Amino acid sequence: MDLLLDILSWGFILSGGAFLLIGGLGLIRLPDFYTRMHAAGIIDTLGADLMLMGMVLQAGFTLVTVKLLLIGVFIFITSPTSTHAVANAALVAGLEPKLSTKETKSSLAGVTSVPGESLSTIDKEGASSQS
Amino acid sequence: MFAVAAIAILVTMALTLARLFMGPSLYDRTLAMNAFGTKTVLLIGVLGFLTERPDFLDIALVYALINFIGTIAILKFWRYRALGDAVEALKPSQNQGDRPGEGER
Repeated sequence: MDLLLDILSWGFILSGGAFLLIGGLGLIRLPDFYTRMHAAGIIDTLGADLMLMGMVLQAGFTLVTVKLLLIGVFIFITSPTSTHAVANAALVAGLEPKLSTKETKSSLAGVTSVPGESLSTIDKEGASSQS
Repeated sequence: MFAVAAIAILVTMALTLARLFMGPSLYDRTLAMNAFGTKTVLLIGVLGFLTERPDFLDIALVYALINFIGTIAILKFWRYRALGDAVEALKPSQNQGDRPGEGER
């Protein structure tokens, strides 16, 4: 039973480390911001959670397991949220994908004109009405 | 076993730091910073097991939350140039537009 747990946690931790290395290599090698975001997503969800699962199997039924599971839940919820927030901020700021064509540029123009342009037009209108 | 995991995490942290320093846009740097924070959490946990003192997990728990909030705060700061209310952030520029007009009157 102990040997089985050791083998399982070895497998989890080694595969988690492999996914971490793959994500780090992708973060360096991929050509574009949006593709790099894909690599960072691998690091944040799969690598982190596999490694935490391996540590849970090593810890057994203690308070450490509860803390590790809490960290896993937090990372599982927050890291896709922050990746999505970074992607949305980059898209709204007008950062284009490397392979964007004319059609995607026109759809991007529809996206980028929602909050930022409205704020800047409010600013301009306020300035023009006061002047 | 945990030494292998720590080495993998450290190598990935070095790769992420390289992306953080050479990233062409601000969003690349934010993404690398977020991934770096996640791996810091993992490294704290693994070091706790490596030294057989898993008390550091509380620090890792707090670090995971602060990392998320810090990423969101930095994104909001770049977007609106203020960390408070976004509409409040527009008022100083309008006030600056007001002042010269009042001075002329």
